[in-house]
Amino acid sequence: MSFDLECRNLTKRFGGTTAVDDVSFDVPSGSFFSILGPSGCGKTTIMRMIAGFLEPSSGDILIRGKSVLDVSPNKRPVNMVFQHLALFPMMNIAENIGYGLRRQGMAKAQIAVKVDEALDRIGLPGIGTRKIDELSGGQKQRVAIARCMVLEPDVLLLDEPLGALDLKLRERMKVELKALQAAFDTTFVYITHDQSEALVMSDTIAVMNEGRFEQMGSGRDLYYRPASAFVAGFVGDSNRWAGRVERAEGNVMQVRTESGLSMRASAHDRAMGVGDAAQIFVRPEAIRISTAADDLAHFDNHLSGRVTNLLFNGAASRIVVAADAEEIEVNLPQSGEFAALSEGDAVHIGWAGDQGNCFAAGSAP
Amino acid sequence: MKSGARLGLMLLLAPLLLWLILLILIPHVDMFLVSLRERVGVGEYRISLANYLTFFQEPLYLWTFLRTAVMSILATLITLLIAFPVSYFIAKIARGRSRSALFLLCLVPFWVSELVRTFGWMILLRETGIISNLLQWAGLVSGPVEMLYNDAAIMVGLVYTSMLFMVVPLVTTLESLPDEVIEAGYDLGGTNTSVMREIVIPHAAPGIVSGSIVVFMLSLGNYLTPTMLGGKDSLWFTELIYSQFIVRFNWELGAAFGFMLLLLSSLIVWGMLRLTGQTLERTMG
Repeated sequence: MSFDLECRNLTKRFGGTTAVDDVSFDVPSGSFFSILGPSGCGKTTIMRMIAGFLEPSSGDILIRGKSVLDVSPNKRPVNMVFQHLALFPMMNIAENIGYGLRRQGMAKAQIAVKVDEALDRIGLPGIGTRKIDELSGGQKQRVAIARCMVLEPDVLLLDEPLGALDLKLRERMKVELKALQAAFDTTFVYITHDQSEALVMSDTIAVMNEGRFEQMGSGRDLYYRPASAFVAGFVGDSNRWAGRVERAEGNVMQVRTESGLSMRASAHDRAMGVGDAAQIFVRPEAIRISTAADDLAHFDNHLSGRVTNLLFNGAASRIVVAADAEEIEVNLPQSGEFAALSEGDAVHIGWAGDQGNCFAAGSAP
Repeated sequence: MKSGARLGLMLLLAPLLLWLILLILIPHVDMFLVSLRERVGVGEYRISLANYLTFFQEPLYLWTFLRTAVMSILATLITLLIAFPVSYFIAKIARGRSRSALFLLCLVPFWVSELVRTFGWMILLRETGIISNLLQWAGLVSGPVEMLYNDAAIMVGLVYTSMLFMVVPLVTTLESLPDEVIEAGYDLGGTNTSVMREIVIPHAAPGIVSGSIVVFMLSLGNYLTPTMLGGKDSLWFTELIYSQFIVRFNWELGAAFGFMLLLLSSLIVWGMLRLTGQTLERTMG
């Protein structure tokens, strides 16, 4: 496999704080790579180092196998789509897209052809003479990408470009971005704090926290097999408990929570033993709900309680169940069989032990 | 309700209208009428354009005006050249406290009256002044050097007096340019000069234009600096007006000169706006 971008032991310190701490990763050619993390985790710093606006304290950045540390930002074969897009307001759209080509000294006629091609590619033919502020948010987005893509960069960096859009448009742009990436067949490196953006678009996601990569893998890996308590808490929603391991049989842990609840969870090959402080994460959709206790008898964990809250959200509707001094969020099945449920109703809930992810207690968001 | 709102609007507008009418409109109308009077005998006047004709027929007056205009344009250009890097540094490179400190440093000299500031330059530049003494002490010159009373001294004074009026609009417009737009310029292959030329300067154009208009008008209408640093024979147009009013007691000609200054300077500003493709609306908006 060939890599368009390789970062080796990348470190960046600002004064006494370490923003990026010994991060290494490779991005295969033509793939969509995301760095996902909360704000302040150092993801923007990585991006700016790749673009060349910041110099790493140590480590190396290679693009197509060549170190670019000595290359200034305007000479690097990477381009960046900025958070607020940074289109040039003093130029029209064609001039914006042609800017980089003009800088390369390309002939005017050829620039015009390339710009038209790019506008066709992003599905906005014939808008070249318009002004930037005449475009909608989504159109600006596409122009910003086209402005980079005409330069045929080896790697395109995207710095939370969907952040400024409204929800509906953001949903659509996710699909569109992925399609554009396939159309241009270019390596995209995307940073975001929005897990759904990362999950929907990426081939590989790196979850970042406090300057380090917590886990790198496909969206599915991160969601179902989080490698750390941070990833389990950050990607997707979870019910979480803190407790102590009372019994350990292979991967199966019997944990008693601080409030006295006893439950089974899986350590998924992480080394844990009796007496360890543990954190357990269970996804709301992994929990079954029933009106009869017998239906749930085959699960390792079952509880009875009352509905204290109904959170209607269409297909993603949830209830909050109070059981044994715990509040547990449970997804309602989409079949609609519990549509008539109301607050105060008695319900039984249960889930399989291996749906609970058990981690040695550490920091979690 | 409606009449109440109307009364409120009138009250709000009243100070502005009073100011415009009492201090701008009436004096100018009066001045214009004075400028149209021609003295034909003792205490006898008639309406004519004779005073304006005098302006165009006497080469000294016309040349003085041209000289004033050219020097003012030059002063504007020099001010712009010095103020632009300063403003860019304050707006885009300096951060946090050092930014406000630098801005304050630009402001501080203007807490002192223009007269005192100009005296400061005289202390530096005169024959027995600090620079002259320093040069003599260093052995670079054998005798005292007079640096006052020439065009260069006037220019230094004008640029110094005008600096703030250029820095403020420039800092404001440059601050409104997001850093990421500049970075995008570099990211897409721009060099320092091309980013400056294609992104920063076009963005700052309204600030450049409004700063330049203010500085040009201030220089053109400056009386103190040219007189003090350039001496009595500095041939500044405002001095001509002053001498007509005060020395010659020829109010009619003085008023005509005043109107010519207003007219011609407006013409120059208009011409410059046309030349640079800017409009007054964009500059002020």
